[in-house]
Amino acid sequence: MTDAVLSQPSRSPFAMRHPSVLVFLVVLGLFTVAITVLSEGFGLGMISTSFVKTLGKTLCLCLVALAMDLVWGYCGILSLGHMAFFGIGGYAIGMWLMYERTRLIVVDSLAAAELPPTVQEISDGIATQIFGVVGASEFPPIWAVAHSLPLQLAAVVLVPGLLALIFGWLAFRSRVTGVYLSILTQAMTLALSLYLFQNDSGLRGNNGLSGLQNLPGLDDLPQSIVSVWFFWASALALGAGYLFCAWLVSGKFGSVIRAIRDDEARVRFLGYPVEGFKLLVFSVTAIIAGIAGALYYPQAGIINPAEIAPIASIYLAVWVAIGGRGRLYGAVIGAAFVSLLSTWFTGGQAPDLVLGPLVVQWVDWWTVLLGLSFVAVTLFAPKGIGGLFDLIADRRSPNRHGAALGPDPGALREREASE
Amino acid sequence: MSKSLLTTTAAAALIAAGLSTAAQAADCPIKVGVLHSLSGTMAISETTLKDTMLMLVDQQNAAGGVLGCELEAVVVDPASDWPLFAEKARELLTVHEVDVIFGNWTSVSRKSVLPVIEELNGLLFYPVQYEGEESSKNVFYTGAAPNQQAIPATDYFLEELEVEKFALLGTDYVYPRTTNNILESYLQQKGIAAEDIFVNYTPFGHSDWSKIVADVVALGADGKKVGVISTINGDANVGFYKELAAAGISADDIPVVAFSVGEEELAGLDTSNLVGHLAAWNYFQSAESEANEMWVESWKAAMGEERVTNDPMEAHYIGFNMWVNAATTAGTTDVDAVRTAMYGQEFPNLTGGTAVMLPNHHLAKPVLIGEIQEDGQFDIISQTEEVPGDAWTDFLPESAVLVSDWKELGCGMYNTETKTCVQIKSNY
Amino acid sequence: MKPNFLRALIWVLCLPAAPAWAQDADAPIQQLLQEHAKVIAKSSRKTIGPAIDALAASGLPEAKTVLERWQAKDMWYGKEDGLFVFAEKVDRKTLRIFDVSDGSEIGTVDPKTHKQLKPNSGIRGLIGAALVQFQLNDPDPAARLTALDAIERDANASHLTALRGAIENEPDDRIRARKMRLERLLTIRFGTDDAERIAAIDSFESDLGVDVRATLNPLIESRLEVAKEAPAGYDVLRVLQPGSEDLTRAAAHALLVESGFSAPVITRDDKRAALIANIRNGSVGGVQVADLNTDAARDLAYAELARAGAVDAVATAADIDAALAAHVFFERVVGAPPLVAHAALEALEAIETRVAMARTADLLLDGMSLASIYFLAAIGLAITFGVMGVINMAHGEFIMMGAYTGYVVQLLIPDYTVSILVALPLAFAVTFGAGVAMERLVIRWLYHRPLETLLATFGISIALQQIAKNIFGTQARPLTSPDWLDGSLIVNDIVSISYIRIAIFILALLFLALFLFLMNRTRLGLEVRAVTQNPRMAGSVGINPDRINMLTFGLGSGIAGIAGVAIGLYAKVTSEMGQDYIVQSFMTVVVGGVGNIWGTLVGATMVGFLQKGIEWMNPSNTLAAQTYMILFIILFIQFRPRGIIALKGRAAEA
Repeated sequence: MTDAVLSQPSRSPFAMRHPSVLVFLVVLGLFTVAITVLSEGFGLGMISTSFVKTLGKTLCLCLVALAMDLVWGYCGILSLGHMAFFGIGGYAIGMWLMYERTRLIVVDSLAAAELPPTVQEISDGIATQIFGVVGASEFPPIWAVAHSLPLQLAAVVLVPGLLALIFGWLAFRSRVTGVYLSILTQAMTLALSLYLFQNDSGLRGNNGLSGLQNLPGLDDLPQSIVSVWFFWASALALGAGYLFCAWLVSGKFGSVIRAIRDDEARVRFLGYPVEGFKLLVFSVTAIIAGIAGALYYPQAGIINPAEIAPIASIYLAVWVAIGGRGRLYGAVIGAAFVSLLSTWFTGGQAPDLVLGPLVVQWVDWWTVLLGLSFVAVTLFAPKGIGGLFDLIADRRSPNRHGAALGPDPGALREREASE
Repeated sequence: MSKSLLTTTAAAALIAAGLSTAAQAADCPIKVGVLHSLSGTMAISETTLKDTMLMLVDQQNAAGGVLGCELEAVVVDPASDWPLFAEKARELLTVHEVDVIFGNWTSVSRKSVLPVIEELNGLLFYPVQYEGEESSKNVFYTGAAPNQQAIPATDYFLEELEVEKFALLGTDYVYPRTTNNILESYLQQKGIAAEDIFVNYTPFGHSDWSKIVADVVALGADGKKVGVISTINGDANVGFYKELAAAGISADDIPVVAFSVGEEELAGLDTSNLVGHLAAWNYFQSAESEANEMWVESWKAAMGEERVTNDPMEAHYIGFNMWVNAATTAGTTDVDAVRTAMYGQEFPNLTGGTAVMLPNHHLAKPVLIGEIQEDGQFDIISQTEEVPGDAWTDFLPESAVLVSDWKELGCGMYNTETKTCVQIKSNY
Repeated sequence: MKPNFLRALIWVLCLPAAPAWAQDADAPIQQLLQEHAKVIAKSSRKTIGPAIDALAASGLPEAKTVLERWQAKDMWYGKEDGLFVFAEKVDRKTLRIFDVSDGSEIGTVDPKTHKQLKPNSGIRGLIGAALVQFQLNDPDPAARLTALDAIERDANASHLTALRGAIENEPDDRIRARKMRLERLLTIRFGTDDAERIAAIDSFESDLGVDVRATLNPLIESRLEVAKEAPAGYDVLRVLQPGSEDLTRAAAHALLVESGFSAPVITRDDKRAALIANIRNGSVGGVQVADLNTDAARDLAYAELARAGAVDAVATAADIDAALAAHVFFERVVGAPPLVAHAALEALEAIETRVAMARTADLLLDGMSLASIYFLAAIGLAITFGVMGVINMAHGEFIMMGAYTGYVVQLLIPDYTVSILVALPLAFAVTFGAGVAMERLVIRWLYHRPLETLLATFGISIALQQIAKNIFGTQARPLTSPDWLDGSLIVNDIVSISYIRIAIFILALLFLALFLFLMNRTRLGLEVRAVTQNPRMAGSVGINPDRINMLTFGLGSGIAGIAGVAIGLYAKVTSEMGQDYIVQSFMTVVVGGVGNIWGTLVGATMVGFLQKGIEWMNPSNTLAAQTYMILFIILFIQFRPRGIIALKGRAAEA
């Protein structure tokens, strides 16, 4: 992809035209090198393995925030369902990890049996091990291809993509837009998480899939090494994702989707297949979210339906809003900043705030602060943290003479935005 | 990006500082990790256990500590977030270098922590009744296994109340699923026909119980006495008992025995309509013994008069004291030495009798059945002898052949038929 | 004699220490209790029978009191002397004890010296059954009702005679009717004469009571039998086909094996064990052990072993087919004489159709109740979202605030009736205030930006939820309904609905009426409609749109608060309760059609009935019902994006 972009003959290289992309990639690269050097597995051991994992997970969150920014910040679809795709990606990879790890154990233990095991016995053994904890002992049909890494990797991409395609087709076709679409995507997320909460879903219900940090066949490898591997993979994915998104929004395609965000009807009258564009953006971002999830959950170690609950997708929107919509680095900054800050505040390390007789314990009050700061950002700083960069770059918004900026008849007007 | 880099370096510096101090004082103080959620949905249950641990550590320090060292409790907050449990456990073991962890409530949080504890060879005391079917080398299960709660309660239904038809109502998650599975199998072995067992699962926090209660009442139509075995969890109990009371179902008509309703949970309910319904635990606050009176008194003195004690607290009480004794016997807090010293440890229960740590990492404890009273306490109407906890249930065919014995066999999942160890690590 | 001697010794020893003790150890009732002391102290239903029977049959005047006090957990026994006493706990350190023979006070002791008898509910039931003979003719109607309850729970044959003797002189008509009904039920169960039993059965032809079915069903109990040919007797209930729903092939074959008509099948595990047992020199039945990794190879090896006689032969599929075809399976009545059983069967069949009808009615009632709850939760949204077009994701938290208001009021006012009457307006006031504040501070600035409104209100929702958690904790708080809302309206044993649900239903109707009145008949409604349709035009005819928006939003929020009290009464009060309703509420409004209260009503009805319908189809998993319902709604919206009752024309543009 990058090659294709860079080798366009007629123009200057892509990265040159978009210095922010280059800056981002350089910063990301330096950061990766720095963490590797400081990590326990490969270097000085100044950063604990659990912190490397936290950082690796944060990179994955940044990636899904990128997807969210693409679909919301650029295309104007406030999807409250992208964490569902993130979760599906995690489940897809988790199924293989669990299956393969368990298979190795079962084959080992059956090797000592007096009769060589039949295929059925091995399969039964794996099923008992995996589903024994949830009171079942047979493989549900959904696990049909769990034995195959390539197929499950394909599922990481295909299942979120297809689900988004079907859902998006139904929704966009019947012109469900704006808040209706948001609520609909939220309902989809809720339905999916409720479904996965059922044991009958075949994905171990509330327990979810666990022990994902142990890579099958690599038992002897310490987590300090594995964590850095995953950190690299996450950094690579984020870099590639950023490049891809930047490429996507820089060309004509980007102009069209931004136009859809600002005035859908006008774009439609110009002859563009609005639904097709929206569907494409929705599905592509779902795939990015799926990939991010597939990288995230092996680092987290466990995935369960609570991860897909509607609130997760709302937090995703929060990150992007706080970071700054409609600019890719804004999404990354928002996700990294808010999620790390969240970790710090809820981890109990933040010092209590003493207000006279009142002691504010951040463990309890952080969420309140987050919620309210969200309101504040919406009201007072629609550009989020990214807006700071505009201040530094002294960039001003173009003067549109008070026209509407958004898709709805009453969208944000120039005058309000500049107030 | 630069901002997060800043956070990173700051955090890294902090952690490095933490590491070096830990390295200097390798022996004293002895660190005890407390891994209970202090925020999120499980906070209400788990905060109590954190307070219990702090109280126990204080009491032990007042009594001279362990091995001549002060104990220091390291409290972290996994915030009812299951992946965070794994992260915090790793932090406790590698950053804070604790010698033992007391923690977890939900099964899924335990499953999340297991791989970390086993990888880093930590030691976890898990204080809550659970579904069994697991035995980790690094975990001591001080709560009840199914045969220490569900099976005796079912026996009580069968024998004392002559229940012939069972409604197994549960919240849809692993503990009710596995428990009900075991009970279904057990009841069928006891001669209850499959069609006389009604199973229903509801979501967490379910509130619309009218139809399910009506279904349970309708079970009585073939003239058999109906009993309800409830593994309904948390908030959902409120709506369930309210609907039960509204339908005018008294404990004499359709008795309900609950495995997840204790003193704490009853605080959210008006119990006047529930008098006579049952709960099965290894401990009730109303247990009559000197030790319990002292325990309840010191708890109320520390936490306030309106606070109640419950079963998982007793589990921590026993677990902590056993760990102290084992460390004293072993002369070190080294995990493997302490684990070896744990087998056969004895400590008096708060309910009378003695708890013994078995080689399968479970306790032998008595099973109590209590009737709910108007004041939200339980009237203990039945107390068994000590029942040894069983990691692998005898009532499911694939588990019946498994035993756990870490002392002799060194295996938590030993197949007695093939005489092989299925796996050393636990299944998660 | 020995225990008596010991007791005397202890008595003597204790004498100086406890001079107040003047217990009559030789009273006949005490003697009787002592005789059964062991089983009484053991307190197990399995063994207690003789003790209770002995007491009941003793003819002693004190027996009734002893049984009653025992049942009420008032009886204790001395740990040392083993004597039974009545006792009441004065406080933790003192126990006042009374003599069992005459109830006279003996004195106070340390509770540690005595042990309380705690009969479990099984034993209490047996005691209750034994007490029936004393209570059936008791002058106190309450005691007579207790006796009837005891018979209903735990009847035995002796009750029939007792009951028959107690009907004549029953002064209370309602109790007499109950006695007579019970007498007929007992006749069915314990009657000795077929004719009288059948007559009693026939009298219940249209009765929906669970107790009737509970009495009749055991009569038609049958046993599955197998024979070469179907027998002709009247006691054959029906003939079953193997492979049908009532008799699986496996079950039929198992019966054949049990009766010796067919060879057994072998499980995979047993086969494996048999093969292992016959490993000779690395091979089994001529097959190398290493090759036994397929089922086919194992079958082959096993067949070879069977031919050699090393293991038992097993039935093949063809054998099973043949055996099943050659036999007849039928059910034989064992519960009652054939005539009675057939009468019972007929009566049950007649009842069954009525039961099915009643079930449907009950399901409809449930659905209606759920619909009214959804409607109540959504009606506030119908105003803020439906009329004003403001999307308020914190709506659920307003419901929660209302419920917590109710909880706090109950803390302050212990009388439940008064507290509810105070809580309803107060909840309205609190959430009205919160709504107005939110409108002024946040929503006002975002009127033209729905997506931003959604996000900002989400922020508020998250913050409010956490604040509630910080104040009230995460545990559910009790919100108790007053006595007059306790219990259910019982039509019969199948159709019933709790009063609290009826109250919610009425509340929902009231709000519907209020809404219609407010919107269509008042100046405020007119202004609201004007402002929502065209704020500028409304402004230019002298309406203050700001004020109207504020009031409308406050009204919608206030109604959510009242809904919160109602929902809290029927379910639970937690900080997360709003979350349970928010998505469903939005769905209700969207499905019904935005901007039309009738649409919301239709939407709530549809969602409620749909959920109950799905639950009915899949009774073992309520979670699935919710998932499918949401999926259905998502699909539904695809096909009717504007809802069931869609606004047309200009109103739709607003």
